[in-house]
Amino acid sequence: MKRIFVLLSLFFLLIFGAAGCQEKGATPAKTTTPKNPEVILATTTSTVDTGLLDQLKPEFEQKTGYKLKIVAVGTGQALKMGEKGEADVLLTHAPKDEEALVAKGYVIDRQPVMHNDFIIVGPKNDPAGVKSAKDLNEALKRIYEKKALFISRGDDSGTDKKEKSLWKAAGLNPKGQSWYKEAGVGMGACLQLASEKQGYSLTDRGTYLAYKGKIDLALIREKDPGLINYYHVMLVNPKKYPKVNYEGAKKFAEFLLSPEVQKEISEFKKNLYGQSLFIPDAHK
Amino acid sequence: MEFIWEGIKESIRLILNGDPELYQILHLTLKVSLTATLLAAIVGLPLGAFLGRKKFWGQKIILGIFNALLGLPPVVVGLWLTLFLWRSGPLGNLNLLYTPKAMILAQFCIALPEVIVFTAVAFSQISESFFRQVKALGASRKQQLYLLLKEVRLGLLAAVIAGFGAAISEVGASIMVGGNIYQETRVLTTSILLEVGRGNFGLAIGLSLILMVISFSVVGILTYWQRKGY
Repeated sequence: MKRIFVLLSLFFLLIFGAAGCQEKGATPAKTTTPKNPEVILATTTSTVDTGLLDQLKPEFEQKTGYKLKIVAVGTGQALKMGEKGEADVLLTHAPKDEEALVAKGYVIDRQPVMHNDFIIVGPKNDPAGVKSAKDLNEALKRIYEKKALFISRGDDSGTDKKEKSLWKAAGLNPKGQSWYKEAGVGMGACLQLASEKQGYSLTDRGTYLAYKGKIDLALIREKDPGLINYYHVMLVNPKKYPKVNYEGAKKFAEFLLSPEVQKEISEFKKNLYGQSLFIPDAHK
Repeated sequence: MEFIWEGIKESIRLILNGDPELYQILHLTLKVSLTATLLAAIVGLPLGAFLGRKKFWGQKIILGIFNALLGLPPVVVGLWLTLFLWRSGPLGNLNLLYTPKAMILAQFCIALPEVIVFTAVAFSQISESFFRQVKALGASRKQQLYLLLKEVRLGLLAAVIAGFGAAISEVGASIMVGGNIYQETRVLTTSILLEVGRGNFGLAIGLSLILMVISFSVVGILTYWQRKGY
């Protein structure tokens, strides 16, 4: 018993010791620290789930001396945080809702950062014949008429907003239908669910690539004109919310749009997947 | 099945390689949960002792409230704390949201009812005859207190263990008030959630095994003390 106690104590000493050293080592030599160093970025989960922002964060901090707090909450909540002045800068993918925020004056300086695309995934045998439909509207109509199982995010995320707008564009309203399930979970969990139940779903390409080997779903439809996924950066209006860190937010937007970072975005995980997860859009 | 193997291998690889990210997450996890438990013990042990020993009007009601709070879902704590800590909220000027301090606060709120209720139970189980006996044997007030504490020490440690267990296993509130920020507020539970979202099941399983080892180890140390009777 005594030996176990000693071993356990040693174990914790090791952890604390190692972590302590790590912390010292991890703090980079700061450039000049700004007056208000904390910048809160509210963003969609896909930018964090892919690992892109984890990669960019230390670079931004080292370059500017600001401290970036990335809060990955999904586009719906991120936009809400901007509207309430709870964040300083937003990076989201819901163009229509973003434009509404700009029009109401909650956010300013909205600029395109990058894009990738949405795809429709589903059972390998494509029971509703989505693949052969002549366009996206027709594809959705086939799912609707065949009552094929469709798993929706149902969480007001950017992807969810996109999916709802696609149904609307096709003149259909699947809400409440027995074959249309609103999951209320993140993209990864939603794919998992669609795979287990063998249903269709709309997803961003990045999450699908990350999950590809773990799920039993095929890429059914891609490259339709309606499926592009645009990401924009915007600053929360300091005139509405004086507590906002406008200087820091501006620095972060400049950083994202700088040629070096744009190049880094285009090469992010390209080796791993054989294709770019994000295509840069600034300076076009 | 292969995921589980992958996870076990992953956890061993992470520990042996001394993965710096892992150690930072471990450090923060222990710092947040142990601090929250310590604070809950400092506030909860005396309060629980008072509620367990003293009979006064309303004692049952207060205890009942804390009993009910045992079932308080952590996400509820997370939501309300977030509302209070927002820039526009009543405590917005403290700038606590998305910091480890906010996470400590959340875990403190979750652990406190556990500590109070378990402590109160431990104290209420001591019979009046124990005091009569002690007094009859001529013990001074100091000695009485010492004997009383010795009598309830097992219950008190159980209270602290329960509080720690609630704090470290919590995820809903931590992710809401902490934001799961890389290198700042990412703890074991929230990184497991994140890695699942990323489709990294091996890493998620690895982290879950490490979380279990950490949690069992702390409880093990406390239990050892309990047995030893410190």
